[in-house]
Amino acid sequence: MLRYAIKRIGLGLLILIIVMVGMYAAVFLVPGDPAAVALGPRATPEMKRMLMERMGLDQPLIWQVVNFFRNALTGNLGIDVWSKRPVGTIIAEALPNTLVLGVASIGWSMLLGVPLGCFAVVYRDGWLDRLVGILSVSVIALPSFVVSIYALLLFAVKFNVFPAIGAGQPGNVASQIHALVLPCFAIGLGWVGYLARLVRASMLEVMGEPHIRTARAFGLPEWRVVFRFALRIAIVPTISLVAVGLGGILSSAVFVEVIFARPGIGSLIYNAVTSRNYPIVMGTVLVTTALYVAITITADLLIARLDPRVRDVFRD
Amino acid sequence: MSSAIDPRQLAAGAEPRPNAGPLRRALASPMGAFGLTIVAIIVILALFAGLLAPYDPLKIDVVHKLEGPSAAHWIGTDNLGRDTLSRIFYGARVALGVACVSIGLAMIAGLLLGLVAGYGPRWLDGILVLFFDSMSALPMIMFALAVITVLGPGTGTLILVIALVSIPGYGRLVRAQTLGLKRSDFIVAERSLDAGPARIILVHLLPNVVGPLIILASMDIPVVIMLEAGLSFLGLGVRPPTPSWGSILYDGYNALRSSTTLVIAGGLPLVLATLGFTFLGEALRDGLDPKLQRRGLR
Repeated sequence: MLRYAIKRIGLGLLILIIVMVGMYAAVFLVPGDPAAVALGPRATPEMKRMLMERMGLDQPLIWQVVNFFRNALTGNLGIDVWSKRPVGTIIAEALPNTLVLGVASIGWSMLLGVPLGCFAVVYRDGWLDRLVGILSVSVIALPSFVVSIYALLLFAVKFNVFPAIGAGQPGNVASQIHALVLPCFAIGLGWVGYLARLVRASMLEVMGEPHIRTARAFGLPEWRVVFRFALRIAIVPTISLVAVGLGGILSSAVFVEVIFARPGIGSLIYNAVTSRNYPIVMGTVLVTTALYVAITITADLLIARLDPRVRDVFRD
Repeated sequence: MSSAIDPRQLAAGAEPRPNAGPLRRALASPMGAFGLTIVAIIVILALFAGLLAPYDPLKIDVVHKLEGPSAAHWIGTDNLGRDTLSRIFYGARVALGVACVSIGLAMIAGLLLGLVAGYGPRWLDGILVLFFDSMSALPMIMFALAVITVLGPGTGTLILVIALVSIPGYGRLVRAQTLGLKRSDFIVAERSLDAGPARIILVHLLPNVVGPLIILASMDIPVVIMLEAGLSFLGLGVRPPTPSWGSILYDGYNALRSSTTLVIAGGLPLVLATLGFTFLGEALRDGLDPKLQRRGLR
């Protein structure tokens, strides 16, 4: 188990390095210098040179990458070109908002999606099962930015029951939760469908196993067999899906944060991209990729712990 | 199950399969039929936008901006007085055009890289798998935004970004297929007859890996349409004034407080397109996958 964990983390670090080298190579190879684009056509060569220097783009590519990682290891992600504040601080301020949004979205969709999947199994091939099937496919397909805008239109503009913008007043938890409802709904809706489908599918696989047959032979009611014995095993693939899905949630967060004007990683990188703010873009990509890699590793290790069959494989 | 080859299937370019029945049944299911109808409408709109659109999608008429539905403009006008219906028709062309070009590019690249990874030397396989893994380790939008920062927004960048994020999926599929086929008897026989790697890859492996690749690509179309619309919504995709469903939605979002027609009209094609393609894809897959059928019968 330990050897597997070390190998998995090593691979994660390698991927992180490749991604950042790729990013720097792309900036370096692209025709036309980024400073000129950022400053517009009326910039003097003097201004361009200063901006390049400030962004660290005047040094050779290899040094840029080496410097970036050396600084990143000490928590220094560089200085924001425009506000002159440390990039690390800016990201650290934005990250909690996005994490709350992501966790709350996954949370409510698990609370609804997992039981829906179970009910579909209990009443399989009945009308409830079919309805859950069609609804899940439909909500999975809906783009989160369209859901956000329709939710905004309906609940914030027409009925005025939820705020249209912002993350609530700082320090006032009730208003923060109030402002979280619509964004969470928009991100989590597709997840309800995903989870219901996945739980249903993996549950049907599990239902054929001997221990389920035994439980049934003991005369346990079907719902008890499903929720008590089948779900325990069927939930395992769900965990890895949720882990992979957090990357998708980061993507949805960009749209949702822009639409609802919420502070967070998504709106941070969006604003950085539109103003071509390289240090912020690089820093955000590094932090989000690292976060994503860390989550996938954690999920892999968690699965190895949860599922006795996987654990046995590692017990060479 | 009929064993005869259905001519309609051949016409559609699908491989004649022994289970031609399930495919027909898939399209006969309500969801499959709904999906097929929507997809057919979108394809027709994209092909004949010039004939079907009542107005020039770029013609500005500020006097009649943000109007509601009327006899002259069936679903109203946008913030510059352009006819929304015409823009949605032309938007279908942009959505499908971007999807086809970028998925096509990704398929070719994925096919080449996957074949090389599966059939080539082991060290090259290792490098390519690491490349696929690194690409998948990036949250998709983050990667797209990073590339757009470097190259600047535009349709070309958009196509490149979508192709790049799709390559690993296709590459992995082709690699897995190739690894499986490599050990099969007919390839071993071919090799013992002294066939070179080029002949084995082009004549024997390629035709066998293309089928699953096309299925995967068709399931990718709604994802790509969403990505194009999403990035155009953020102003980072197709440049104005070119009509894209995403930018129509953005114009509607900006005018939300003064007119709701535009925002509703901008979102609906996206909802219908993603539902249509997804339902069709699901129905096709359910019809083609014998494992799922058995599960349904249990």
